[in-house]
Amino acid sequence: MYIDEKELSKKNEYKRIIYSYPGEQRYVLVILQDLQKNFNYIPRLGLQMVAEHAGVPVSKVYSMASFYKALSLSPKGRVAIKVCDGTACHIKSGPVLVDQVYKYLHIKPGETSADGEFSLETVNCLGACALAPVMVVNGKVYGKLTPSSIAGIIKEYGGGTDESSLKE
Amino acid sequence: MNQALKNNETTRQIMVCCGTGCIANGSRDVYQALCHELANHDGIDVQPVMKATGCNGWCEKGPLVKIMPDDITYCGVKVKDAAEIVDKTLVGGELIKRLLVRDPVTKSYLKSHHDTPFYSKQHKVALRNIGEIDPASIKDYIDRDGYQALIKVLQNMSPGQVIDEVIQSGLRGRGGGGFPTGVKWKSCADTNACPRYIICNGDEGDPGAFMDRSIMEGDPHTVIEGMIICAYGVQASKGFIYVRDEYDLAVIHLSRAVEDARDGGFLGKNILGSGLEFDIELVRGGGAFVCGEETALMASIEGNLGEPRDKYVFPTEKGLWGKPTVINNVETWANVPVILGKGAQDFASVGTAGSKGTKVFSLVGKVVNTGLVEVPMGTSLREIIYDIGGGVLDGRSFKAVQTGGPSGGCIPGSMLNLEVDFDSLTRAGSMMGSGGLIVMDDHTCMVEVARYYVNFLAGESCGKCTPCREGIRALLDILTRICNGDGQIEDLDLMEQIGETMQEASLCALGRTAPNPVLSTMRYFRDEYEAHILDKHCPAGVCPALTEFYIDADICKGCGSCARNCPVDAVSGKKKEPHVIDNSKCIRCGECYRHCKFQAVRIR
Repeated sequence: MYIDEKELSKKNEYKRIIYSYPGEQRYVLVILQDLQKNFNYIPRLGLQMVAEHAGVPVSKVYSMASFYKALSLSPKGRVAIKVCDGTACHIKSGPVLVDQVYKYLHIKPGETSADGEFSLETVNCLGACALAPVMVVNGKVYGKLTPSSIAGIIKEYGGGTDESSLKE
Repeated sequence: MNQALKNNETTRQIMVCCGTGCIANGSRDVYQALCHELANHDGIDVQPVMKATGCNGWCEKGPLVKIMPDDITYCGVKVKDAAEIVDKTLVGGELIKRLLVRDPVTKSYLKSHHDTPFYSKQHKVALRNIGEIDPASIKDYIDRDGYQALIKVLQNMSPGQVIDEVIQSGLRGRGGGGFPTGVKWKSCADTNACPRYIICNGDEGDPGAFMDRSIMEGDPHTVIEGMIICAYGVQASKGFIYVRDEYDLAVIHLSRAVEDARDGGFLGKNILGSGLEFDIELVRGGGAFVCGEETALMASIEGNLGEPRDKYVFPTEKGLWGKPTVINNVETWANVPVILGKGAQDFASVGTAGSKGTKVFSLVGKVVNTGLVEVPMGTSLREIIYDIGGGVLDGRSFKAVQTGGPSGGCIPGSMLNLEVDFDSLTRAGSMMGSGGLIVMDDHTCMVEVARYYVNFLAGESCGKCTPCREGIRALLDILTRICNGDGQIEDLDLMEQIGETMQEASLCALGRTAPNPVLSTMRYFRDEYEAHILDKHCPAGVCPALTEFYIDADICKGCGSCARNCPVDAVSGKKKEPHVIDNSKCIRCGECYRHCKFQAVRIR
């Protein structure tokens, strides 16, 4: 089988992560989490290598990667927006924030923008209910938001600069 | 050791709350600013001890800074306040009034948070150390009698006595089920199989509840001590703490605590010379709500899909890898050292006949003081929401309080005097759950709330059994239809039937309790369902398809607050003249309605 250099170096990176854990089924989840953390998603090759290392069928690893919400099979954007849809945020108009993000970036929850820059997710509860409604962008928490605060935050990360969409 | 302790008593301590809520409000920067100010100040002889503590619970007023032993609490501290705190308070001994809390009634300034109604009515057991210690310091924990209960147990009690003591205390599982903890331990100890396992369920998934996170972040050693005591009682050799993936800080603090406990001889082989061997491993969850269910959680630790199994045989007999397993929730573990330390009788002196001790609630939603509150079992909803919580936000009227997370129910205003414990909530058609209390005002649509919970569960049902998978989907379809104005009156009976079937036939508690939000809102707020279906009207002004906002020209003063807060520029009007809403632009977010001080924005 022909393997090019780029693929080989990636393979070595996956290997480094995967082989830092014993080859047992109980470590599959934590290995996948580490892959997710390093690459923002679970690459196909990585998935196959995990299965081989843990001695379980690829289908099993695939089912775990698709079951657990912390794992993603497609790459996430550079800027990860998470809008909290916990109960406290929900009744304080959290869903309107999602609509506002859509207005500026044209992405719905679970989607990544065409240029790969932004991805949007709703999450269940971030435990910051006192600050509801809350949104997290690349780990930074923005609390007590109003619909009109969204445009400014997106701009901070270089998005929605298209003036026509901002003024709309 | 004694010298160090003495120093602690005389040295000033400055404690900056670094719980998740305060960090989001900028408390890390405040901490840095205070450190910087102290280091560069020449008027200070003895450097105070700076501590980044866990969550004090009063996230609403964060960032919180406490100064001990003066017992001063400053709220909403900003970076620019740091210099003044050092100059005026630490050096000059003066209080900074604007940073103090004011009594809501007398308007007087309160020096310490202990004097505020939010704290003075609380009774802290599980949260006893949080906000008082640095979670990264095992010494801080030991200074507050940490690991003393374990030492007492190992030196003076037999495993059987430990279990008896927990049974005597009447402690019930704080994770939602309310099963007697001691009985669980006993049934594990009575099996013949080995090895035995102990699990801490830290997969706190209920939206609106964050007490477990607060304990794991703010006082990780109490969880570990509780688990070691149980390990001695049931003779287990290995423990697991399963933490929710989103809780980064909890993972960091717990990992550190496990290591420190190992170094201190509290974990590992021959613990404190007693011959007991026990160690703890941390497992990070994968972000699946159903993993909070114990059999699903164990499947997840084993490296399988987090799907529940039937429980003809309890985990105490066949749990993790088919071996006897005790699994308890974080808050339950936090109570264990107190029970063994002070005795079962002392613990049981608080609470109701059927539910002993205290319960931590996360009081959130449309309430003035949001945060974590720990009160004796049997405290009434009114005391929690009005006396501690300070009542409904913005002076609006109380509609309902939701308890028990997605599996719980909504309790109406007529039942505010309900004394909260495991059994009273179940009788009211809700449940204790993990202890979320979400306050809802007249601007909350109960049909939409039910739809929200069912939608949440639709994403979290693992799909293994039909009643749960299909039942939730059917309920969601119907509720969505009603919220869109396409509901029929027959739908209500249909939802009742579906709900009853799910309660009877689902495999695990997730499915069995999933219809609760629907059934409880139908029970107490049937008129709202009927308004949606018959009058095509959402009384709370939430469901976009059934809501139209308009401005009453007779009341409007033309202050412009609605226009300023409208995200889509749908409100127009000249200053001091009545404004108008353009309904073709309006997205029904309700910002104008919320911001109008004159109640001129109305719902059609």
